Amino acid sequence: MAVSESAPAIAADLTQDQLRSMYRDMVLGRLLDDRILVLNRQGRAPFAISGQGHEAAQVGVGYALRRGYDWLVPYYRDLTLVMVMGMEPRDHLMASLGRAQDPNSGARQMPGHYGSRAHNIVTTGSPVATQILHAVGVATAFKYRGEDKVVVTSVGEGGTSEGDWHEGLNWAAVHRLPVIFLVENNSYAISVPQSRQMAVAHVADRGPGYGMPSATVDGGDCLAVFAAAREAVERARRGDGPTLLEAVCMRLQSHSSDDDQRRYRSPDDLAQMREHDPLERFRRQLEGVGVLAEGDADTIRKDCQRVIEAAQAEADAAAPPDPATALRHVYQEG
Amino acid sequence: MAQITYVEAIRGALEEEMRRDDRVLVMGEDVGAKGGVFGATAGLFSEFGEERVIDTPLAEAAIVGVSIGCALAGLRPVAEIQFLDFIPPAMDQIINEAAKIRYRSNGDWSCPMVIRAPCGGGVHVHGALYHSQSLEALFAHVPGLKVVIPSTPADAKGLLLSAIRDPDPVCFFEHKALYRSLREEVPEGEHLVPIGKSRIARAGDDLSCITYGATVHEALAAAERLGQDGIDVEVLDLRTVRPLDREAIIATARKTGKVLVCHEANLAVGVGAEVAAIVAEECFQQLDAPVMRLGGPEVPAIPFAEPLAEVYCLGPEKIEAKLRQLAAY
Repeated sequence: MAVSESAPAIAADLTQDQLRSMYRDMVLGRLLDDRILVLNRQGRAPFAISGQGHEAAQVGVGYALRRGYDWLVPYYRDLTLVMVMGMEPRDHLMASLGRAQDPNSGARQMPGHYGSRAHNIVTTGSPVATQILHAVGVATAFKYRGEDKVVVTSVGEGGTSEGDWHEGLNWAAVHRLPVIFLVENNSYAISVPQSRQMAVAHVADRGPGYGMPSATVDGGDCLAVFAAAREAVERARRGDGPTLLEAVCMRLQSHSSDDDQRRYRSPDDLAQMREHDPLERFRRQLEGVGVLAEGDADTIRKDCQRVIEAAQAEADAAAPPDPATALRHVYQEG
Repeated sequence: MAQITYVEAIRGALEEEMRRDDRVLVMGEDVGAKGGVFGATAGLFSEFGEERVIDTPLAEAAIVGVSIGCALAGLRPVAEIQFLDFIPPAMDQIINEAAKIRYRSNGDWSCPMVIRAPCGGGVHVHGALYHSQSLEALFAHVPGLKVVIPSTPADAKGLLLSAIRDPDPVCFFEHKALYRSLREEVPEGEHLVPIGKSRIARAGDDLSCITYGATVHEALAAAERLGQDGIDVEVLDLRTVRPLDREAIIATARKTGKVLVCHEANLAVGVGAEVAAIVAEECFQQLDAPVMRLGGPEVPAIPFAEPLAEVYCLGPEKIEAKLRQLAAY
């Protein structure tokens, strides 16, 4: 397994603007996630699923990709990652409030089921790990057409118990396809801990079994994830095949708005986790190297809040879907 | 025009379409150098190469799931499942993914792909429980899918070309007893048979026998026998079981007033039940007899030994007997 490079070495490779932008994207994801949970508690958003604690990993991976060129086949915790790919807070508030303008599905799916052709984000459903095979197919198309695009697909550690996961990694390795399999390992599949999901310490331990390079990185360390993802992307882009990248994350919120993790996680466990919040970690890191000056983090936070307020105002005013459209788009029309 | 078999028609359609459209590729178990266990992809590997005729790992969910990904990224994949009996591991990918992609993305994404699979058995096929099933009803139940089951070489070619060019996922099931038992003239080049349109395989005025797939030929044989006694049977070959050709079903039912629906698949909750319901709802006033059905009995599939297989399979005799019962009503 690869060891993360030291943060300053990578920071030197990224401009200060890029680093600030990475931090801003993490903050935007967190604040939007918070807002969606509030809307749920207010009874306005019937369902919410949170990605809090995964922001550093998602930004690290997202910044290793070429936006508008590479593809993403996400899973339901990727709120921050799909925004790095180009989606906007308004898109997700439209989805949460069940508005016709939800670009993911026109409010046909539950929120958190991402998809946007405009941003190369493949439509996703609810069954776990089915998306792994779609990414392998997308990569097959890239290779067949001689394109140097890469595709990232993501899943939780629980999803790696599914058959589709195994079939997909095996196939991608056999055909040396340009896919990065990102596992956002937050130690819990709803309530089931990793120890009941697999007998290995790290998902990445399985890489050699597939004949595939693999790495475990600290998913709370944005720059370490960026370094590992960039290495994987370069490998894929030059035709050297797939990578299994495991980012060890923390799940700061319950699985979904219908779950309460206090029922199966100890208070100590939850408290300790919150002390290692990746946003705070990245802020301190950037302040330490002078990328963020005093007050910058606060300015960024307020700016993101404004974006979210404006987005919510737009979503509040937007119309629900017309019932007359419910029967459309089963087959191609016309 | 050349006289060719059903499997040669399939192979020819794949070859023509791959020459015409470089987005078309084929994947499945043994489809490469071997050319498929039934020869449906014979010669394609040498002409188009391993990147376009992909020998896959032995993993049905992956064959379908990877094909979905190819379709999402702009290709026109044709997936082969070696026997329809082995498709259940791919059902999640077919029902929850392929069928729902257009609807769940509000038309943003689509999934143009074909899933080919040999289906069916017979007294002399010896496919037994796991090489003979007719599972089309499972797929025909699902909005978002199309399900095509051709009965002749010309239709096999014409419907496969249409399926590959279709903008939505198409299940294309080929009765393995037809592969080499029939030979007929098949038009060369562009021969497109539209999905969703049935065909009157035999015109008649007294009774209607609505069926599809290999059973069409058994129904035609039965109709000939009744014809010798002056009972004129119309045989409607559905060709497509989703979407059903409602207009043609209603037309033949109104014309004769007596309808038998038959298929090799298990009778209960099968395609025949849907056809019978359409007739009951739309043609009640014109019916002279209750709609009758014939299909597989309440056992899981066709047993291996011939005496057991005979109990399952229809054949012209059982269809003839049922048609005579209908005629006498």
